Amino acid sequence: MSKRVGDVLTAVRRGRGGVSVSHNKNTAEMPVERMPVPEKVVLSMQQHIGVPCTPLVKVGDTVAVGQKIGDSDKYVSAPIHATISGKVTAVGDIKLANGIITKGVTIESDGEMREYEGIKPPVITNKQELCAAVRESGLVGLGGAGFPSHVKLNIPEDKEIDTLIVNAAECEPYITVDYRECIENAENVLKGVELLRDILGFKQVIIAIEDNKPKVFEIMKEIADRDNEAGDTIKLMTLRSRYPQGAEKMMVLSATGRKVPPGKLPADVGCVVINVASVAFIARYAETGKPLVSRSITVDGSAIREPKNLRVPIGTNIGDIIDYCGGFKSEPRKIISGGPMMGIAICDTDAPICKQNNALLAFEDKKDLVKKERDCIRCGRCVDVCPMSLMPTLIERFARVKDADRLKSIGVNVCMECGSCSYACPSGRPLVQYMRLAKQVLREESAK
Amino acid sequence: MAKKLTVSASPHVRSNETTTGIMLDVIIALMPALVMSVVYFGLRALTLTVVCVCSSVIFEALSRKIMKRPNTVGDLSAVVTGIILAFNLPASMPLWMAAIGSLVAIVVVKQMFGGIGQNFVNPAMTARIILMTSFPTAMAKWIVPFQSAWHPDAVTAATPMAVLSSVQGGDVAAVGDALPSLTQMLLGAHGGSMGEVCSLALICGGLYLMLRKVISPVIPFTFIGTVAVIMLFAGSFNLEFVAYQLLGGGLMLGAFFMATDYSTSPINKKGKIIFGIGCGLITSVIRLFGSLPEGVSFSIILMNILVPHIENMTTPRPFGEVKEKKAKKEVSKA
Repeated sequence: MSKRVGDVLTAVRRGRGGVSVSHNKNTAEMPVERMPVPEKVVLSMQQHIGVPCTPLVKVGDTVAVGQKIGDSDKYVSAPIHATISGKVTAVGDIKLANGIITKGVTIESDGEMREYEGIKPPVITNKQELCAAVRESGLVGLGGAGFPSHVKLNIPEDKEIDTLIVNAAECEPYITVDYRECIENAENVLKGVELLRDILGFKQVIIAIEDNKPKVFEIMKEIADRDNEAGDTIKLMTLRSRYPQGAEKMMVLSATGRKVPPGKLPADVGCVVINVASVAFIARYAETGKPLVSRSITVDGSAIREPKNLRVPIGTNIGDIIDYCGGFKSEPRKIISGGPMMGIAICDTDAPICKQNNALLAFEDKKDLVKKERDCIRCGRCVDVCPMSLMPTLIERFARVKDADRLKSIGVNVCMECGSCSYACPSGRPLVQYMRLAKQVLREESAK
Repeated sequence: MAKKLTVSASPHVRSNETTTGIMLDVIIALMPALVMSVVYFGLRALTLTVVCVCSSVIFEALSRKIMKRPNTVGDLSAVVTGIILAFNLPASMPLWMAAIGSLVAIVVVKQMFGGIGQNFVNPAMTARIILMTSFPTAMAKWIVPFQSAWHPDAVTAATPMAVLSSVQGGDVAAVGDALPSLTQMLLGAHGGSMGEVCSLALICGGLYLMLRKVISPVIPFTFIGTVAVIMLFAGSFNLEFVAYQLLGGGLMLGAFFMATDYSTSPINKKGKIIFGIGCGLITSVIRLFGSLPEGVSFSIILMNILVPHIENMTTPRPFGEVKEKKAKKEVSKA
């Protein structure tokens, strides 16, 4: 029993800026509950960053769980699978929670959850096979961004990669699904890490956890210790819990001290950052061959009667999920898909959830929701908190007069819209909105 | 659903800090100095403050109304300007002159340039300078503490700064009793503007603001530090001389409450350092070589004007961007 404890690292370098947001991890100790099979699911053909899929089924077709129903021949895309078994009742335009109209497939359940016969574990012996398998699984970054994972893992040959960073920071308030994943599926996390390390040849793997999750840290440490024969490559790291610690560039800086230049990816400085739930999924997929058909989400907020962590088939109606959580205990004034810092406020609950949704939060009309907007007093808090060393207040000014030249020189494109500036602004200015406007101004300028 | 859902851009949570809260903190930080000036100069000091505050608030409300802009009295910034303006005046200042000061500060300097955050010089400081040039006699009537400032024949005395400017080579002992003791300087029992005399109260207020993270310590420290270093050399390393220079005049009031004004100081840290050093430099030069005994107001105003240039010079590089020079060097090496 005297096995050597794996290396525990502390953050190499502290990122600048950031804000301390109250964590509100109310659902942390609630095990992920499996939601009953919904009557129907609506599957958007665009659940990832990249090219939308084309439906492979038509109205009247019978589909089974895990059957591919949408795909694209483009590289940056991820296939869509049926998440329940039943009959296709509609193929056409659907409305997503954020109001965007896109192509989608509606499946009515037969209640059997029959599995597709074609499912078999993939053979993974090298990088090409791994990337092909991950693409087939339909996996996209489960942390919220929805970037197709196979693109991330398919590192160009000319880039030297040494470090895999497993992102278990979960710095957004309220959300606890990654936390639950680490506690409930620690074995899978380890298997996934080992698979990626062995196939892609990482010299070291860093599992990065914020210091407000000591329980996850203990479990991960125990797991990592089991892998010791493999040469002590898996290390744990505690990070200061300060939003936006989980952002990719911040993560790379904290874990390795390297700075990702503007417009570049972590791979350019030798790192790959992957969400912990995505790692665990890859391990499950390698074992079973079952594609991404369900995901965990946190349902919480002051207007939800029974906050829960749920595992739901992708495409489940948001209204059904809220009903399953006891409905609203008071009238909600704002419903957010995702976390409160970067999530999207939705206008209608009659919409399906997508692969990248990690939370549904509903709030009553309270002080949280709207802050009175006043004139900028130049206090500089936005500049202090910007993790990307930008000057949001100046960007706002230039964006309003559409001064593309000055916007370009001030470097607005590195903004990741983390929301720290708007959060900190005592005058309640919607700075993130101006950041987006500024990027739009630059896009229009370059299109000229 | 009866009511519609609110849809707005992220983030959906905001910090509790508000402009009003920040201004309230500044008002709290100014209270010790106000109490001390009432102790020294009696109720006249309080009356003067009330007149400055009320006239500032009225001018703010009126000018916003005339310009058809939303009323901003609620952000309390006019109250802060009023208190700081009063602090910059002698306790015996005629009240109507003080009201003119408020008019200059609020209407001319602040609202005519677009209101809070848009003025390019400190309103209270500019008002002080305008009053100094318009009413030189009233603005230089430094009454001796602990007597009624209401009385037209109140005993007046030179400020420590005026005495200090006659000191040669830091030899403070030579002027003898003309200077109050250092304890008196710290506690404020000497002639001067009503709010600037008690350095101890101002330092306490400044520390409170730093503790509350309302102001960053960079400007006060570089400002006061620069004055200290220059005076150390100018006074042939006489520490007593340095102490008089730091505790005398408007340095503490200026460094903690006026140079740190958000609208008129640089936003980023590097800029703040340059700004603080510049203020300290100009203050020292005026004190040592100028014909005026005190230079804090002019130094802050002059540096205020330079702020846009300082900011252009010190814009931080976005995350991960490499310095052009450094990048070129690396290329040439390769």
